[in-house]
Amino acid sequence: MTPGRRAFLRLASLAPFAGAGGLARALALPQSRKLLVLVELKGGNDGLNMVVPYADPRYAALRPRLAIARDQVVKLTDAAGLHPSLAPLGPIWGARQLAVVQGVGYPQPNLSHFRSIEIWDTASKSDQYLEAGWLARAFALSPSPASFTADGVVVGPNAMGPLAGPGARAIALSNPERFLRNARLAHAEGPSRNAALDHILRVERDVIVSAQRLQAGRAFAAQFPRGPFGNAAVTAAQLAANEAGIAVVRLSLASFDTHANQLGTHAALLKQLGEGLAALREALVEIGRWDSTLIATYAEFGRRPRENESGGTDHGTSSAHLVLGGAVKGGLYGAPPALDRLDGNGNLPFAVDFRSYYSTFLARWWGMDAAAVVGTGFRSLDFI
Amino acid sequence: MRIVVALASCLAACAAYAAPIGYEGARHLLNRTGFGATDAQAREYAALEREAAVERLLAATRREASIPPPAFVDAPFEPYYRLKQLGADDRKAALRRLLEQGFELRGWWLREMIATPSPLTERMTLFWHNHFATSQQKVRASRLMYRQNALLRRESTGNFATLLHAIAKDPAMLVYLDNAGNRKQAPNENFAREVMELFTLGEGRYGEQDVKEAARAFTGWSLDRDTGEFTFRRMWHDFGDKSVLGKSGHLDGDDVLDVLLGRPETAQFIAGKLWREFVSPKPDAREVARWAALFRGSGYEVKPLLRVIFTSDAFWAPGNRGSLIKSPVDLVVGTLRTFEIRPFDLRPAVFAVASLGQNPFSPPNVKGWPGGEAWINSSTLLGRKQWLDRVFRGSDPAVRAPQEPDRDDGAATGPKAPGERFRAMMERAMADYTFDGERFIRSLPVSSDGAARVDKLVLAAPPVNPPPEDADAAERVRILVADPAYQLK
Repeated sequence: MTPGRRAFLRLASLAPFAGAGGLARALALPQSRKLLVLVELKGGNDGLNMVVPYADPRYAALRPRLAIARDQVVKLTDAAGLHPSLAPLGPIWGARQLAVVQGVGYPQPNLSHFRSIEIWDTASKSDQYLEAGWLARAFALSPSPASFTADGVVVGPNAMGPLAGPGARAIALSNPERFLRNARLAHAEGPSRNAALDHILRVERDVIVSAQRLQAGRAFAAQFPRGPFGNAAVTAAQLAANEAGIAVVRLSLASFDTHANQLGTHAALLKQLGEGLAALREALVEIGRWDSTLIATYAEFGRRPRENESGGTDHGTSSAHLVLGGAVKGGLYGAPPALDRLDGNGNLPFAVDFRSYYSTFLARWWGMDAAAVVGTGFRSLDFI
Repeated sequence: MRIVVALASCLAACAAYAAPIGYEGARHLLNRTGFGATDAQAREYAALEREAAVERLLAATRREASIPPPAFVDAPFEPYYRLKQLGADDRKAALRRLLEQGFELRGWWLREMIATPSPLTERMTLFWHNHFATSQQKVRASRLMYRQNALLRRESTGNFATLLHAIAKDPAMLVYLDNAGNRKQAPNENFAREVMELFTLGEGRYGEQDVKEAARAFTGWSLDRDTGEFTFRRMWHDFGDKSVLGKSGHLDGDDVLDVLLGRPETAQFIAGKLWREFVSPKPDAREVARWAALFRGSGYEVKPLLRVIFTSDAFWAPGNRGSLIKSPVDLVVGTLRTFEIRPFDLRPAVFAVASLGQNPFSPPNVKGWPGGEAWINSSTLLGRKQWLDRVFRGSDPAVRAPQEPDRDDGAATGPKAPGERFRAMMERAMADYTFDGERFIRSLPVSSDGAARVDKLVLAAPPVNPPPEDADAAERVRILVADPAYQLK
């Protein structure tokens, strides 16, 4: 090892490298930061069959084959019920620690998967193109404590999504053991004037810093479901158990693009989701982190209220999302789906701008200046 | 005075132009236009002048692959409706067979990339695959994916207008963007939108009304359900008046494509994309405009455009060298080619590129792979390093099943791991993926500048951690491929 490299490593162990955010980190660092677990429902989840407006006759009329019957739902209120596959979340609702936010969307909705998720990931307007993810911008303005393992961890090799961009100290990993085993291959070097190399070196530094603080292999009494989402939920629990903090963990569950034969597919997906989240809750309770963790779903869009000719649903607009945690004020938020006010494409209007949804996490969960991240005019919701 | 300066700079430029491209220049040219290059190939090109080197690449392009495709491409088409009629078990078996065929198809293409006498042909085929992104996750039929690949290769360095007209009738594309079901009674806008946004004009250079009208023009462009061939369904076609981007009349699909080809934005869009493919992440607007004008003026001939790009000062500018991040295919195929590693079984290579985020025939969505910095996050970077460590140091022989590549619209994807037997098979196959240091040293000519040349062969930018002076050529290679700079081209 060259002397320069050794000096750099010594430096690396004292302070994290954050590029432009480095100074901000050194100046005003919070002492701790609560955890947000984001769950992306990739492909556009059918919010109407997840949070079922079972009492609205229009619902059954729009979905002769797909409607979930009144006696099947996990009843929440006289108007809304959860898909039967989400039964594991029933007790959390009962404990008033599950918030159901209905009608989350944005004006001039885009129906393309990749453009709409880009809008969600960057918290942009429908016709605005932003480079960095909303969380990357948030952490650039308000970095997590220097002692943290990372600002954010993306579970899986997926795109960094809301954490993309140079503002956040973020890593992606499939499981912590493998990450630690391979982290020995990373180098810790300073920045470069070559932009491409600089990006690679930044990722290497994030790996080194995170690997020094990451603990793996924690086991739980909670029973996680088998399958990729169950595995991801275990990883999330292990990350939450980490002594050095992490502000965000992003999980994802794919295959929600149910254009055809939706009933069985969607039931199986929601079963993975419900069982995985319930097990994650149990594990968080076990390690005493349930009250300092917020779990929230998001997706590029919901699906069209009227079922299509293939027993599926096409791309829609606004949708329902779930927020759970010990600090959550359970209940229904937003507005029930306005099935009587569909637009020209047969899609739903939105009731809650997704930037208000994000604002709630930024302002109320972390005490950040939400307007600086998502813009002004997006009021936080009252679920925390 | 001004004349003198102009003259001097011209002389300098002309001199640079007439000089041989040198060893580093050769490595740059071969890496960017193909996938890696051996020391011998770099030496061969080093003596050529810029123009001669480029001519040589362009003269070697092909319209067909050099190795025969998998046998299943000649089997009769399996109609989609038959798949739907199958019982659960038969359906599962049929889907499994399609998955295996897809795997075989990927192996065939990677082998072609490694073995082809014209890597430029394969790079351009991959470029068009990314441009006209189509995924087997939705198309399913491996045979149709192969046919599209053959079309992309046929026109890879041919004519873009011809390619655009053909791709619009290509069965895999008709399925992927739902035009197969686009009918007058229920127009489907998917293809009409993407052909403008992603294939020709670029986003924001058309209106919603243009999409609606164009969708009507493509009604009836469908698939024969028994043969899987393109067919025009008159009963589904909307013969009425349409107006697209100011052109009105009884437009059909081909007319709309000609309208799009008539717009200057199309050539600009393609030229900008080629800049990012071959030159740097940040296109120079003036130079791109020059290329676009030439492209449009030639009636969309690709080869003359490539000639201009590859001989341009921008392509050769020192500031643009090493400015691109290697794609997973660049990394895996380029490494195998550069160090003459010729595995018998390509399946581990298919797994490697897929798990690193680039599963050929399965781009994440119609926009293709985002590329650039998006190739690298901690998960994929460590995956790259682990693969290189395995090939160059033989460590960690356990081959782990790759993660499912990312995908916007869901559906399970990519090759799956059927457990232990599979792992054992992959481990056996991976034994071929080994850098032979002794052979590498023997392949180098005896010379005094050995160490410097190895650096120039392996890296497009100076190493972050230079190897010790006394490391022999093989050890030098092992150190350099582990350097962050090896991820650049």
